[in-house]
Amino acid sequence: MTDLAIIAVISIFTAGMTVSFGALGPALGEGRAAAAAIAAIAQQPDAAPTLSRTLFVSLAMIESTAIYCFVVAMILIFANPFWDAMQVAAGG
Amino acid sequence: MQLTPDDVVVFTLAGWEVNATIVNTWIVMALLVGISMLITRNLRPDVPPNRWRTSLEVIVKLIQGQIEEVTRNSARHVMYFAGTLFLFIALSNLMLVIPGFSPPTSSLSTTAALALSVLAAVPVFGIASGGVGHYLKTFIEPSVIMLPFNIIGEFSKGISLAIRLYGNVMSGAVIAAILLTVAPFFFPVVMDMLGLLTGIIQAYIFAILATVYISSATAEPDSSAVQTQSSPPESKRSTHQEEKS
Repeated sequence: MTDLAIIAVISIFTAGMTVSFGALGPALGEGRAAAAAIAAIAQQPDAAPTLSRTLFVSLAMIESTAIYCFVVAMILIFANPFWDAMQVAAGG
Repeated sequence: MQLTPDDVVVFTLAGWEVNATIVNTWIVMALLVGISMLITRNLRPDVPPNRWRTSLEVIVKLIQGQIEEVTRNSARHVMYFAGTLFLFIALSNLMLVIPGFSPPTSSLSTTAALALSVLAAVPVFGIASGGVGHYLKTFIEPSVIMLPFNIIGEFSKGISLAIRLYGNVMSGAVIAAILLTVAPFFFPVVMDMLGLLTGIIQAYIFAILATVYISSATAEPDSSAVQTQSSPPESKRSTHQEEKS
């Protein structure tokens, strides 16, 4: 394999691993947060507006870790710095 | 495929390449300012309010109520700042349904600028409310050992604000573009509708987080009045307050 092919293979594989493991943790965390919020709303329906607002904010904050992994995967696939450097070096 | 509208150069002005991010930001700003100026042109007591003015008042009252719920006092200056952030981000996220318009929030430059303005607003509001000493004291809040971590936390706040907004908006655009090549007709529309919902929620979260950061840096002596509402009044101890930030 050439150097470019090795970089491409490792980048694509790492992007897939990044998204899969980066989605795993936030999914579990969001599930726990939503379950806790639903239990709290069932116990105390009067506090539903406050609880749902806090739930939305915390879900988005949990989700942002998955978004970081997605951004890293997108950079690896579409804007890979090593790939660009290798192409510049190969092209002269 | 492009990840950011920074690469699209719209025109060149005296040697400067003006890219699509700047032009789209100007469009969003012109829409916000222009529509507001058109509606509030006849703002006199003897003119009866029409439906445009009523809708503007509904939006402003909504923002005011949300911010008062978070800060638990009437913070008008915070409302000007966070409300402007919310309106700008929400409008630019909603305009992703317009074909050919890439929202300026899908560029890391725009979101980093917004996050930097939040980072600059936190000490400004903190010093304006409690003085320099009170603001600097928040850095050594539990103990002096936490000083470097508080400083690092200040920067990671800004980084996470910027990357969160950028990643959410950009992921919607990228997923729509990928689905456009896979399943061209129906699914991109559904993903764009999801993108509208995500855009509004992200604008709300950006504004709420800015409000929370600012109100945690400002001095407020009576913040425990609402929290101890359900408990008996003799439980107003200072150790009973829970800092929610």
